[in-house]
Amino acid sequence: MNNLIKNTTRFVLFLLTQIIILNEVPPLHQFITPYIYFLFLLWLPFGTKRITLTLLGFFTGYTLDLFTNTPGLHAAACSLLGYFRPTILNLLLAQETSEEVNREPSIGSMGWGPYAFYVFSLTFLHHFYLVLLEWLQFGNFGYFLGKVIATSMISVLLIFIVELAMNRRKIKR
Amino acid sequence: MKNIIGFIRQNFTFLTFLILQIVSLVMLSSYNKTYQTFFGGWSNQVTGNINTRYNNWSYFFDLKNTNKQLIAENAALRNQLGENFVAFDTTKKLGTLVLRKDSLEKIRKFYYYPAKVVGNTFTLQKNYITIERGSLQGVKKDMAAISPEGSIVGVVVEVNDNYSKIMSLLHRNSKVSAMLKRDKIAGSIEWDGEDPSVLVLKNISKSAAPKIGDSVLTSPYSSNFPAQLMIGKVTSVIKDPSSNYLTLNVKSTTNFYNLQYIYLVENKRMADQKNVEKNEAKNE
Repeated sequence: MNNLIKNTTRFVLFLLTQIIILNEVPPLHQFITPYIYFLFLLWLPFGTKRITLTLLGFFTGYTLDLFTNTPGLHAAACSLLGYFRPTILNLLLAQETSEEVNREPSIGSMGWGPYAFYVFSLTFLHHFYLVLLEWLQFGNFGYFLGKVIATSMISVLLIFIVELAMNRRKIKR
Repeated sequence: MKNIIGFIRQNFTFLTFLILQIVSLVMLSSYNKTYQTFFGGWSNQVTGNINTRYNNWSYFFDLKNTNKQLIAENAALRNQLGENFVAFDTTKKLGTLVLRKDSLEKIRKFYYYPAKVVGNTFTLQKNYITIERGSLQGVKKDMAAISPEGSIVGVVVEVNDNYSKIMSLLHRNSKVSAMLKRDKIAGSIEWDGEDPSVLVLKNISKSAAPKIGDSVLTSPYSSNFPAQLMIGKVTSVIKDPSSNYLTLNVKSTTNFYNLQYIYLVENKRMADQKNVEKNEAKNE
C-alpha cells in the first residue's frame, strides 16, 4: 500500500477512535484518561524528517483540540512529541536501521526492548507536558503526579494492545 | 545580516518547533477572547457537522430511553393543562368589591426552548455540551440549560448561527447559585473535577444542619436559572474547623452520560437583574 494513503487512513482512524470511543467512555477515575491518537506519530516511517514530524504533530493535536474545545493543549504536547521523536530513535538505533527510510518503528524492526522504551518514553513525554499545562490552570501537585503516571500507564497498555491486534510484523516482511 | 540568515537556516527545525509551541500556548491562554472571534465560527461548523453524524448513530441506540423521557414529560405537561384547574365560583356574590385589573393575566418571565444535543464530553476537566440550536433559532449567551427531568445542566457560553456551546456543570469554572431545600440556605454549586456524578456545594453557613439525602435546589438569587430546580442530593458533609462554612458533596440528579435533549431557559428579565446587581449604589 502506498505510504501516504496508509498513514492518512491511520490518522483518521486513530483520531476517530479517540473522539468517538475513548472520549465518550466514563472514566474509572479522575486520573485515568486514555489517549491513543498520537500513535499515528509513533508509527510514521524512520525516514520522516524532524520538521515534518513537528508540523504533523501540531496538526494532529490541533485537530483533536477542535473536538475537545481545548485549543492549543494537545497541539503543544504533540508538536513536542514530534520534535523529540528523532532524538529518542537515534539513541536506540544503530546507524543502518535508521537509514532504511521506509520501515516503521515496530517490534519487528526494533525488537521488544528498544520498542517498549521508545513507546514508553514518548508517551510519558506527551502526558507529562499535557498534564503540566493543565496543572498550570488548576489542580495541585498530587493531581499532576497521579494523572501523569496513571494516564501514561493506561495509554501504553492500550498501545501495546493495538500493536498486538494489528500484528504489523507480518505485513512488513 | 548574513549571520542571522545562517543562524535561521541552521536552526530552522528548532525555530519552527518554538513558534508552534508559542502559537499553541497563546491559543490556550487567550481562548475566550481571540480564539473565539477568529476561529470559533468556522471550526464549530466543521466539528458540529461531524458530531451530528456521530450523534445520529448513538441517538438510534438510545431511542428507548428518549421515548421514556418524552412520555414522562408529556404526562407532566398534561398535568399542567388548563382543564385540570377549576375556575372560581362566580355565581356567589361577595359584595361590591370590583377588581380593576384582570388578576388572571400574568407576565411571563421564563421561556423554554427545546434543543438537541450533538456533542457532549464528561471525561475532561473542562467539559462542554454542543447543541444544534443557534442564534438564528433564538439562543442567546448566558441562557440556562436544563435536562428533560428538570434538573440543571449548564449555561450557554458560545453561540453561532446554528450551533451553540454549553458550559456543563462538569467544568472547573462552572458556578451556579444553589440552596438546601430543608432550610433555604444558599451556597454555590461547583465541580472539583473528580467524579462526573458528584458535585460540590460550597459556602453553606454552619448554621445549616444538612442531613444526608437532603435535596439541593437552584436558589432564587440566580439570574439565569429559575428557582427550585432540582440539582441533586447530599451524600456527605465535610466540616472544616478553620472556616465558617460547610462543604457538601452532592450526587447530581442529571445523568450527563446520556443527554439527548435539553431545554434552554430564557429569563426575559435577566438583563435588568444583571444591570441592577452590577451598578454600585451612589450613597455608599
